[in-house]
Formats: sequence, structure tokens, C-alpha cells
Amino acid sequence: MTAPVSRTLTVLATGPLTTVQDAGRPGQGALGIGRSGACDRAAARLANRLVGNDPDAAVLEVTLGGLAVRAGADLVVATTGARCPDSRAHNAPVWLPAGAELRLGLPASGLRSYLAVRGGIAVEPVLGSRATDLLSGLGPPVVSAGDVLPVGGPAAPMPGVDLAPVPDPPGGEVAVRVLPGPRADWFAEDAAAALTGSAWTVTGESNRIGLRLAGPALARTREGELASEGMVRGALQVPPSGQPVLFLADAPVTGGYPVIAYVDDDDVDRCGQLRPGQTLRFRGTVRGR
Amino acid sequence: MRILPSGSTALLVELDGLKQVLGLYAALTEDPLQGVVDVVPAARTVLLVIDPARTTLAAVGQALRRTRPRPGRAGSAERVELPVVYDGADLADVAAHLGTAPEEVVRRHTGTEWTVAFCGFAPGFGYCVPDGEPWQVPRRETPRTRVPAGAVGLAGEFSGVYPRESPGGWQLIGRTDVAVFDLAREPAALLRPGVRVRFVAAT
Repeated sequence: MTAPVSRTLTVLATGPLTTVQDAGRPGQGALGIGRSGACDRAAARLANRLVGNDPDAAVLEVTLGGLAVRAGADLVVATTGARCPDSRAHNAPVWLPAGAELRLGLPASGLRSYLAVRGGIAVEPVLGSRATDLLSGLGPPVVSAGDVLPVGGPAAPMPGVDLAPVPDPPGGEVAVRVLPGPRADWFAEDAAAALTGSAWTVTGESNRIGLRLAGPALARTREGELASEGMVRGALQVPPSGQPVLFLADAPVTGGYPVIAYVDDDDVDRCGQLRPGQTLRFRGTVRGR
Repeated sequence: MRILPSGSTALLVELDGLKQVLGLYAALTEDPLQGVVDVVPAARTVLLVIDPARTTLAAVGQALRRTRPRPGRAGSAERVELPVVYDGADLADVAAHLGTAPEEVVRRHTGTEWTVAFCGFAPGFGYCVPDGEPWQVPRRETPRTRVPAGAVGLAGEFSGVYPRESPGGWQLIGRTDVAVFDLAREPAALLRPGVRVRFVAAT
């Protein structure tokens, strides 16, 4: 007896963390609801375009490989972001026939891979999005082995692209642009110089909420409490330890520590691909606006 | 009004106080600025997030300087009544801190109308400020690891209701059965900026 054909993906293994992500929940900050969504938005959009989806359709965000899925019907899939060995689908749409499995190995560099399925991951949206927000708990639960994820019907024709020639996320040191933050003047001038003049190590306490960075302590010149204020991804917030946190997709809507600088939004995707141990440099001017 | 930079997609407007925040937020929601995708009020600031494909930070900065804050239109604001059982674990401590009796804390809490100034901390957690005399209550020295959903608390100049179980450092004075954040309801958040709130003693 053959299993009935259904547009689903059965999850066999997830690796360290796999979540459903899309473009998130913009525009709801006033309700205390953060944006969330894919950490590497460009990679998620590319994966969708390769399989003919709306660029903001829901995909699987896979952290450090390890995802294994089985197709419940003939599906078209593509992976982007961190390149996992053995994925024929990397930056290219491929058929995954009913019953076939796709297994993502450990990427040589980069942290997050995106798996798009033609038709999109069709779990129930929450407040307009299928993104799992690990800070607020909104959205579908974290993906686990045994889940059967519904896949939507195709909406648009296939794009006729065989392969997207995009570079893999690099290992080693990465440089990104920074711009002044709202509270740059709460810090000594040598703190601004230290921010742009040092190599910052991504620590193991990093996640979808943010990268905790280790380097020289950034000293404040202005003491006292800051009333919590709104922020978005890319914010470099400095808690009392002086070691900055670079906020990513699941950033809180407001924060109570001063933000010294922002990573240019166009470069935040690349920060979402950094692994613990990699170093980050900031280029630009933080003070003197 | 001071406009502070916040990277390539946002501006932070710093204001003198909550009243000014509410006035600017009301103006920006009644007449949205072109290309602004999110407006986030807080205690002293309003963050504006733009879609860089539709506008620039410079254009939004200019439009902001022309924006006149709206006075709070209390008459037309949405009103929410929250029945509260005043049996919170910190009610006696709050009364002692204010140099009064627990019954007087309840009388003050129920005796004024409150306005949601902004949300934060968790989805649907509204920071409410009173019309009447301002409160000033310190947070608990040691936050609780578990505060139940519906707990009504005080901290600083604010009162609020925990939308779901979470850790928390507010002084708890009571609890309500009303779900202030409910995904099955549209809108999910009951306590949105500008909404007027009255706490009513329930038994």
C-alpha cells in the first residue's frame, strides 16, 4: 500500500535549531510586537525567488545544518545562505520527488541556511506572519523531528533560473558599515574609536535575538538610567559590562541601555551568518554627526 | 523635539515627557508619514522606522519638523474597564512605601482614569499613566521568576497588566480575569497606546 500523496514536508531531523521564518511582523512595534523574520533576509528572499514564490513566503531557517526532510508529494525546493554539503539544491531549484529525502550537512562557513519549498511553508500565521519569534514566543513552535509541515500550492510560474551566482557567507573576519546611534554621546570618544578600531569576537551566547560581542570595554561618560526607547535590528546596545550586543531579527521592540551605533541595515543579514568565534569589524563614523 | 539618528532605517525623536510622546504618536497615527512603516512610542521617545524603498530619513526628518503634536483627545478615545481583585502579594508593601493603608492604594488605583502611554517588555504589555496625581513606586528589589498572566502591578510612574506568565519586577497589587493579549481576538492587544483604562474593584 502506498502512502497518500500530500503537499507536506515531514521533518526527520532538525539540527541544533530550525524555525519557520518569513518577512516577520513589521508595523506592530507600538503593541510591543517585534518584527522577527529571517535573520538573513536576502538569503530567504533568494530561496523563494528560485522556486517561484513570493519573496516573503515562509521558509525554514536552519542553524548549522542538520535538517532532514521527506517530501510528501513531488516538490520543488532550493536552499540558500550557508552552503550545506550534499545539497544539490543550493542556490538552485531542484525536484524533490514524493518520498525523497533532503539532508543538510554541516556548512563549512556561515550559520544559517534557508530551505524554500515551491508553494511556501503553510503553517498557520500568527498576527500576519509565520515567523517564530524566539524572544516573544509568537508564531509557530520551533520545528521538531516528526513535524509534518503543510506546503502551499504554487502561486506564480517558475522563474527559469538554474543557479543564482551568490557568494557563500565567509568564515574568518567580516567587516560591516556602522552609522551613529542615538546615544553615541553617552560614551567617551575613545569608546567610539575602540568600536571602529577593534576586532570583535562573536561569543557563544549569540542567537536570533542578537550577537554578544567580546572586545575592549566601551566606557560610558554619562551615567544614570535611560528610559527604555525603541530600536530595530542592527542596534549596537551597550549594557553595563561595556561589551556590546548587536541585535538581529528577534530584537526587543525597546531597550533600556544606550545604543552607541547601528550596523547599516543592508549589512545586518551578513551579521546573521556569523558563527561564534568569528570576528567582526565596524567601518564608519559613530560620532560627529 | 530632538531628532536622533538610529542607523539607516530609523529616527528616534526625543521629547520632554510622556504627554508630548502621546501627542506626537497621536499625530503620526492620524496622519501617517509617507514611507514610515512603524511608529514606536516609549517613555520619552518615539521611534520611526522607514521603508527605504519608499522614503528617506531626510524626508521623514523634514516632515517630522512640520508635524504638530495633537492634544490627547480623551473624549473620543477607546475605553477599557478592567475588573481587578486587589489581593496582590505586594499590596501591603506598596501601601507602606506610600505611607498609607492598602485600602487607600486600591481607592487611588480605581479612583482615576489611566491612559496607555506605550507598550513594551512583552506583546500587549501596556504602560498606563494616571490622570490624577502621579505614582512613584520602586520596582521590587528582586524580580520574581514567575508572574502569572493577569497580574496587575505598579512600577515607577506606571501601572500595567502582565499579558502572559513571565518573569517580572513590578509590585503586584491584584489580578484581572480579562485577557489583555489574546491572539484569537482582533486586535490581540487590548491596551494599545492612547486607550483609556479604568480599574474597577471586583470581589
